Formats: sequence, C-alpha cells, structure tokens
Amino acid sequence: MNGLRLFVNGVERRTEVRGGESLMTVLRERLSLPGSKNACEQGECGSCSVLIEGALLCSCLVLAEAARDRDVRTVESLAAGGELHPLQRAFVEAGAVQCGFCTPGLVVAAAALLRDNPEPTELEVREALSGNLCRCTGYGTILEAVRRAAREMYTR
Amino acid sequence: MEIARDLDDALSLAAELPEAELLAGGTDLMVEINFGRKRPDAVVAIDRVAELRHLARNGRVRMGAGVTYTMMLEGGHGSAAVWEAARTVGSPQIRNAGTLGGNLGTASPAGDLLPVLAALDATVLLRSAHAERGVAFRDFMTGPKRSVRQPCEIIVGAEWDDAGPAQTFMKVGTRNAMVISVAGLALVVDRARRRVGVGLGSCGPTILGAPEAERFAAGLFDEAGWERPSAPGEAARREFGGLVAGAARPIDDVRGTAAYRRHVVAVMADRAIARVGAIA
Amino acid sequence: MTLSIPTRVRGVIGESTPRPDGVPKVKGEFAYASDLWRDDMLHGATLRSPHPHARILGIDTSRARGMAGVHAVVTSEDVPAGARFGLMKRDQPPLATDRVRYAGEAVAIVAADDIERAREALRAIRVEYEPLPAVTDPIAALAPDALLVQDDGNVIDEVQVLHGDARAVAPVVVSGEYEVGMQDQAALGPEAGLAVPDDDGGVTLHIATQWLHEDLGQIAPCIGLPMEKVRLVLAGVGGAFGAREDVTLQIHACLLALRTGRAVRMTYGREESFYGHVHRHPARLFYEHGARPDGTLVYVRATIVLDGGAYASSSPAVVANAGCFAAGPYRVDNALVRCVGAYTNNPPTGAMRGFGAVQSCFAYEAQMDRLAAACGIDPVEIRDRNGLVEGDRVITGQPLIGSAPVAELVERVAAAPLPAHRSSDPLELPGGAGNLTHGEDVMRGIGYAVGFKNVCYSQGFDDFATARVRVLRDEDGPLVRVHTAAAEVGQGLVTVCQQIARTELGIERVELDRADTSIGSAGSSSASRQTWMTGGAVQAACREAKAELETRAAGRGATLAIIDVEELLGTPVDRTVTHRHRPTEERTTHMQDDGHVAFLLAAHRAVVDVDTGTGLVKVVQIATAQDVGKAINPLAVIGQIEGGIAQGLGLAVMEELIVRDGLVRNASFTDYLLPTILDMPPVIADLVEHPHPDAPYGAKGVGEPPAISSTPAIVAAIRSATGRDLPRVPVRPDDILGLSTQSGPPAGRWRIIPGEDPRKAVRA
Repeated sequence: MNGLRLFVNGVERRTEVRGGESLMTVLRERLSLPGSKNACEQGECGSCSVLIEGALLCSCLVLAEAARDRDVRTVESLAAGGELHPLQRAFVEAGAVQCGFCTPGLVVAAAALLRDNPEPTELEVREALSGNLCRCTGYGTILEAVRRAAREMYTR
Repeated sequence: MEIARDLDDALSLAAELPEAELLAGGTDLMVEINFGRKRPDAVVAIDRVAELRHLARNGRVRMGAGVTYTMMLEGGHGSAAVWEAARTVGSPQIRNAGTLGGNLGTASPAGDLLPVLAALDATVLLRSAHAERGVAFRDFMTGPKRSVRQPCEIIVGAEWDDAGPAQTFMKVGTRNAMVISVAGLALVVDRARRRVGVGLGSCGPTILGAPEAERFAAGLFDEAGWERPSAPGEAARREFGGLVAGAARPIDDVRGTAAYRRHVVAVMADRAIARVGAIA
Repeated sequence: MTLSIPTRVRGVIGESTPRPDGVPKVKGEFAYASDLWRDDMLHGATLRSPHPHARILGIDTSRARGMAGVHAVVTSEDVPAGARFGLMKRDQPPLATDRVRYAGEAVAIVAADDIERAREALRAIRVEYEPLPAVTDPIAALAPDALLVQDDGNVIDEVQVLHGDARAVAPVVVSGEYEVGMQDQAALGPEAGLAVPDDDGGVTLHIATQWLHEDLGQIAPCIGLPMEKVRLVLAGVGGAFGAREDVTLQIHACLLALRTGRAVRMTYGREESFYGHVHRHPARLFYEHGARPDGTLVYVRATIVLDGGAYASSSPAVVANAGCFAAGPYRVDNALVRCVGAYTNNPPTGAMRGFGAVQSCFAYEAQMDRLAAACGIDPVEIRDRNGLVEGDRVITGQPLIGSAPVAELVERVAAAPLPAHRSSDPLELPGGAGNLTHGEDVMRGIGYAVGFKNVCYSQGFDDFATARVRVLRDEDGPLVRVHTAAAEVGQGLVTVCQQIARTELGIERVELDRADTSIGSAGSSSASRQTWMTGGAVQAACREAKAELETRAAGRGATLAIIDVEELLGTPVDRTVTHRHRPTEERTTHMQDDGHVAFLLAAHRAVVDVDTGTGLVKVVQIATAQDVGKAINPLAVIGQIEGGIAQGLGLAVMEELIVRDGLVRNASFTDYLLPTILDMPPVIADLVEHPHPDAPYGAKGVGEPPAISSTPAIVAAIRSATGRDLPRVPVRPDDILGLSTQSGPPAGRWRIIPGEDPRKAVRA
C-alpha cells in the first residue's frame, strides 16, 4: 500500500492505495465518494466520469497513483452549498433520470460541455455525450435536460 | 509507480525499470489492469512530460507522443486524416486521455490513428537514455500489439511530411460512435511530392499498406495532373478499391467477418479516392 | 373546528411529477446495491466454469483456505444437500455439484478482506474438470438421441395453440424462417448485494432485485434457514429489464455471511454480469401465413424453438408467451402454433422486457409485410385490414377488451410527420463518426410494425400485490406513508404510488417506506404489471383509509370536504390491502382459454438510412402510438417508451451476445454494443388512452410494448431500403450486403414444417 494525496472537490485528501487501483476505486472505496459509478471498468460507459484538472475523464481509466496531487472534481461537487447545479435540476425536471446509474456521469459530462460551449447544437450535445451510455431513457429526455440547463445558465 | 517530471526523468526511469509499463492516457493499460490481465510490477507515468506535448509544423509535421486526440481535434497539424481519425476515437472522455504515443505503443491493428501514420509514411521517433532513432511506421509494427520499441525506449512522437489537404480517413464500426474499428482506411495524396499513401486498419496482424493500389492511384494522378482536382471515373475507382481490398489480409472475428472487411475496404477506397481527388 | 381551505394538491395522477429519488440520484447520493458499505465487511467473489459442459472430478480448495485474509471458501459440499433454486423449476444448484452445464456456472465462492484477496483465492482453487460434449443447438437438443443437459430430457416446456382448423388452406401463402439472436438486458448497474448476519442466526440481504419475496423463497432453503429468518431489503437498483428476476448472487452472499459471521458484499463487474444473469431467449421461428387475395388472414401456422440454455429460469412462461402471441394482434380464425423451449449447454435465458412476445413479433411482422407484398397492398393497409378491434378474439380464444383498435394505432403512426430531409453531417449518417458516407449509396426506408403482449402474470397464476397506507400527522401537517415490497428499478413506480395516494387522499405529502420483506409480496417488477398491481393495491388501501377518515369526520358531525384532516389524525389511520387482478384461466391443452388479464398494444414506424455500400444503418426517426390506458405520469410514460425503443433498436442493429460452442465471445461493453446517444433518433410518441375497465384509473402497463414492435419496424425499414430479406436480428452489415456465409439464417439449416413438432426437424 502506498500513500496518495489528491485534491478532491477542493479538499486535500490523503489515503492509502494499492498498486494498480483506479481512481474510480479509490474515490468509491477509500474516499467515500460513491457518486462515480462502476458499470464497465473500461471507459465504455462514462458512468465514472470526473474532471481532472478540468478535463473530462473516465476515472476507471486513471491509475490512482498517477493522479497524485491532481485536482479531481466528482459529481458530488456539483451541487454547491446544497443547491442543485442547473443541470442536476434539469435532469430531475425533464425526466432524464430513471434508474439513475448513468446520471452522475452524464451530469458531469454535460457540465463539461456547457462550460466549454454555452450554446451547443443538438448534434454537438449528442457528440459530447456519446461516451455516456444510458440503458433506461433512450436519451430523449437527457437531450431535453441539457437544452433546459443551457437556457437557464446562459440566458436571462 | 513513478511519475516522470520531464523527458530526461522519463528516460532515466525507463532505463532503470526496463520492465515497467509506460502509462500515458491509460485507455489501454488500465483496461488490462482492471480486468486482471496485467499486473505490472512497475509503472512509469509519462503524462506530465510537457516535452511530449509539442506540435510543430514547418514543411514537416512533428507531433509529440503526449498529444491527445482532443488536442489533435484542435488542429495545428494540418492533417485532415489525423483530424478525422481522432474524431472516431472512443468518446470525449477517451479523446481527452488517449495519445499518439499510446496508440503507437499499444500497436493494435485497430489503432485508429495508425492507418493515417502509414498513409503519411510517418516516422516514429524513439528515444532511450542514450540515443534517439527514427523508425518508418511501416517497419514499426511487427504484429498485433507488437512493435520494434525496446523496453528502455520511449516513443517521443512521430513526424511526417506536411502532405497537403488531399487526405482522408474512414472507419467502420457497427455503432455511430464509441466503437472499435472493424476496418479503417486512410488515403493521402501528397500532390506536391507526387505520392499516394494508403493505410489499412483491422485488416491484418499489423497496419497494412497497399503498394499496388498506391501505384495505380499515382498513375491516375500522373494522367489527370497532380496539381489540380480530378474526378477519377467509376471504373478507376473500382479498380483502386479492388487493389486496396487485395492488400487486406482480414480474418473473421467477433467484430466482423473477413468477407465483410474485404468488401468494405474496397468501398471505402472507392469513396476516399473520389473525395480526395476533388481536393487540390 | 377550523374549516379547511380547499387547496389544489400537486402531483396527482395525470401530471408529469418529478420522481422522489431524482435529487439524490443527480447528486450521486443515491445508494445503489454496489455502493453499500460496512466498515467490517468482507468481499465475496465467484469462481465460474470455463466449460460449457463438464464433469467435476474434484475441487481442491486447501490452498485458498490457507491464504491470509481469506475467511471462507464455499463449494457445493457446504450447501444443504439437494438445494436447488430457479424461478419456475428449482433445477439449479447454488454451486455446481458434479457437473457444470454452461460456461459461467458458479462452482465456488470465497469471502476475503478485500476484493483483490478474494480474487487471488479464486485463482488458488483447483477444479478438475472432465470436459463433456456440449449441446449448443436448441433444435438438435430436441432430437431423440440428443445428449441430455438435464436428466428429465431437453424439453423445458412446450405449448400448442390450436385455434379453428389446423389444416386450413388459402389462395395466398407466404412462408419464412426467422432467427433472433441473444440479447442482454445490460442494465448499467451490475449485480450487487450486501448480506448481514443477524443476531437470531438469520440473515438480512440488501439486494438489487425485481422481486424480493421470490428471492426470499429461493434463498431460504438453499441456505438452510426457515423463511422467517431471512429478510430482504431493496437496495438501489441500477436498471433491471428482466435480468434481476432470477437469483444471481443472493444465495452466495448469504452463504458467505452465515459462514463467516460477517457482513459480505458481492458486486459483479461488467464481464461477470454477462455470465451471472440470464439473457433473452434466442429463437428460431418457422412461419406460414395464408390469406385471401385481398390480404385478409385465413390461417397462421408457426413452429418456434427457444434456446433456454442450461437451466429453466422463466422459460416455461416465455415459451407460453411466444406461442400465445405468435399470430400478432390480428384476427385469424385458424392457427396452429407450437413453441418449445430447449435445454442446451448455452448460458441460461429467461426474462427480458417483452418476454417471448419480442421473438414472435419479429417473425409475424416480417410475415405480414411479405403477405402485403404478395397481395399488392401496403404495410399499413394489411395491418388495418386484419388488426384486432375490441371484442375480437386472439388465437387463444380470449377476447380483446379495453384496448384501442390496432388500425387506429397504425394509422396514427402513419400520419406522424416524416423527417424532412437527409442530414448533410456524416455524424448523422450511417457510420456516424466513422466518416464513411457523405451521402454516397444512402437509401432511405420506412417500415411499420405492431405488437402486443399480456400485462401482469397469466394462466392461473395467483398474482397479487400488498400495500400498506398510513395517514398520520407530524409537525409539518398531514402525511401519507406508503409501504410496499415492490421493486423500484428505475421505471418510476415510486412516483406512481405517490401520485395515486395524493389523488385518493388529497394529501400532498406522501413518503415511501423502503421496500422490504416485512410486508407482503408486491409481486415482480416485470410483465409491465406494477402500476396495475402495486398501483392498484395502493389505490385500494388509500380508499380504505379514506373511508375511515370519512367515518371519523362523520363522528364529529362533519365531512372530509369541510374538516381539516389533521384533526382526524390523533391516531394514525393504518390500512393494509392485498390486491388481486381478475383470475385468469390455467393453460389448456390447446391454449384455448382466457389466460391473460389484458393486452398491451403499440405500433411503430421506423425511418432509416442505409448505406448500401458499407451495410451500416442509421435509424432516423421512430414514430409510435401506444395504448397506455391512462398516462398516470406522462413524462415517465415517454421515458418508458423512448427507453424501450432504444432497446428495440439495439436488438435490430447491434446488440447480440455472441455464443460459439457454448462460449460467450463478447462479454464486455467494448464488444456488446449498446446504442449511444448518436444512435438513438428522435421519437414521436402518441399516447393513446383507451382505459381498461379493470385497471386502476384504466392505466395499463407501459414498459414492454416499446421493446416489442420497434425492432421489426426498424428491420422492415431496412428491408424497404435494401430489398433484402433480412430474416435475422440483429441485422449485420454482412446481411445487408448479402455477404453472409450461409444462405439465410442458421435456422435455414433445419427444415421444419410450420406448426409441426420441431422434434421432426430434419437437417436441410
């Protein structure tokens, strides 16, 4: 076991990790942050999406020790001060949540999209979310949620 | 687990730990680790090596191994085929992580960028603590997931002639995004240097070229004139497609059949030469 | 006494109310089964057979038992003798005894301090196998001389539907052979559970499942405990779609917890999930339709063989369904259908959304299109002409009651606007990001399909649901608490229960207790049944509670309309009701019976672009009309419809668990492809509300129909774009290009006269 320091959601965190452990495992099993979901362990589903130094990544494909001292933002950081992020609110209201297992990853991916592109076209939204599988919704309500959130975030 | 600070650090770590796995974006290595297929005793992370993220274009394009697919989509390399190949890679998450060097290092016949490097006749740049060497991409891969890279060597980048705009990449997968290549094709027509390059992915144990097809296409451009756009006729496109398909050495696997790969390579080649022919 | 001011109660039925678990889910705080945690818990792992069929000569666990950090290694020797589990036949040992019958069957389990150690222990177990020949073709499995997968023969179950004249003749005859590949539910949340030993020697299992009480009934005998010492609590469920109807790790986790006296968590990874749960039945279907020259059906004859894999699971019911619905929602006086489920050494198959109706719909809708072509009429007209209307009898003799006419649904989808033009962005063309076509060789096609299926459990099954409703008051005012054992798997039952309680009681604040086995069964979250059943139970319990409130109000000389309900809640009102649907008839020899509660109907129109050069498909648009009876929550209904269509799209063009010689070849999300957001087209959904007289508020189930006829509609559209027969799903590029190695589907290797016994199949 090796020591590891990360800055997770703005807080310095230290933990022991085993060689080969992914950041996803460390977040879920060692740092009590189970919001990043484990659905494929090979970067195919996006359920474990996080931002590392601002870049959208699958935490299952990040070797935890290689993220030493990095800034990591998980879904748990989105609702600031207890208030839902506009995307989180839009996901609930647009019916974009069913079983919800894909939802944290989708919300993080959509947040990265709207940060970089406040007015995405529908096709840009689709391309940006193409790494996040959802098995319940058929994606229609997810598109609607992103549309609503973009409106709320960037227009008055 | 070592995190290299800079290239010198990475090279000395690679020399000290020749059995170490090099970790860049993690998109290949971490899958192997997560599924218990690899349990490396040592890992050297090279994702913080700034020197590997350089990109230069000056007649010759030189791309650092640490350039991610997302960076390739931002341009600066002048290669339409690189851009198109980068866009087919995985998802935004994967494109933010995966790198040129990782694609080369894994050396999968399905590596999306690799047919482009073949078609560009790129040179792979390998460096050890003692020496740097360039290896023509066509000599780099020796088999599925095998290459001439020595354990103490790091892939530092690749370089190729800036071949102009007449180039394209296509890839077949049975889903509209985030899919591993069933077959991929890159076509480069370097009008200034009067050279045609073809690279085939997922059609054999390594990335394949198609020398006969390249010669045939060069003949077409000799006739039509290298400097101006041209529209190869249907018969010529077909013949080109047939020659490219003839270079394929596909197998049946879980992702597709050999017969399909041979067929679709011909279709891609036909379309590619029509599209590229129109670009001067 | 204060007079209550009438206020509008928000979130009643008919409103698109947000789900109560939505906020914790978007925040990442919702506890799925795989998120459960105890500080001192152990981690369980499973050793599985690499062979599709083998004798177990010995298992040496000594090395694993001696490893540091390993707390238990359990094999069949540690399981009560004769223990068997299974949904409809108790035919599967919790851990293989002397034989393994499919690749992936559980052989041993371990519990260790962490998952790494548990996996190391698995690697240290030595199992000596003697590989045996495997039966992997379900038709070959039915031959009299076939090797036996199970000792009592390879027929899991069979049905014959005989309606009218089995030998009817007609001037227009079309026939065809069809095949459906093995689809996987691929719920995003992998199987997971946490078993905690109790002080009384019992165990509590926190589990993601579709049916707590059924699990309980299967677990208890396999762990040697009386039912009352086994308690189940529903953990967060990350999707189900049928895959959680069967027991997977439930028994294993409990065995390990009891053996170690410690809490044990088990969580499958994606690869193990593919091995751990049952899949949709692959099917081979042999059909003949006879009609008059105007397209009016005269007869349907069909033989259907379903591959049940190595254990029965719910195969008997899937077999019955595939048979019952084999002629589609059409009027036909004469039908002869045989459907057989076979044991093979392939992975076991069981429930998946659509449950037998999916397989036959793919075939009969292809047949209807062939018939239309033979009669020179269009696909809409043939469905209009033959479609069932209220009162018509289906081929099992049961009248269709409380359902929209088929013709109305078909005409609605036909009238939906078509997509205006072809996109110029390659991302929206076949091949998508692969940059394959910029319009070259792209052909557009349109296809139609209609499908139907039963809601609730059928054929005499005692199908019930229990709900407890309490009306109380606290510092925030009146409150309704609803408790059931029904599994919320993502479908939105929690919202439905709240909406019903608000509607019935006029109290806005409705909270749900965690589903567990301390209350009576709610039945399974399957067969599109929970709105009807648990919704019905909640409605009934609320009505009893309301009657009590009225009595209390009358006692004060008032009525509920004018009294503040809080004043009546000095003691809470507490009512528990068990709700049953109308009894159904048991299966008869020729399936001529009122075996079903009611039928669900939907129609789909698909528009596709096909790249005829590469054989790739982009589904451009789906229009659907579905008779939902009453949309309790329209937004949730749309979610079910779009989600079901996505799964139907997957089956049509990409999803197949590829099994060769009994071995799964693509147990990963890299090679088992699910539709992405770039694959799923816009959906135009038309909710048709023909209430069913027996259903709460007339609301029928909505979950399954979207996954039934969407697949054949898409394939019909591909046929219309390409002119190919395409008798198999998923449609592969090779099929579209005519490159398939066999002529026709593998089913073509057998000759079976439609309607005949498949045991009489001859190799073609």
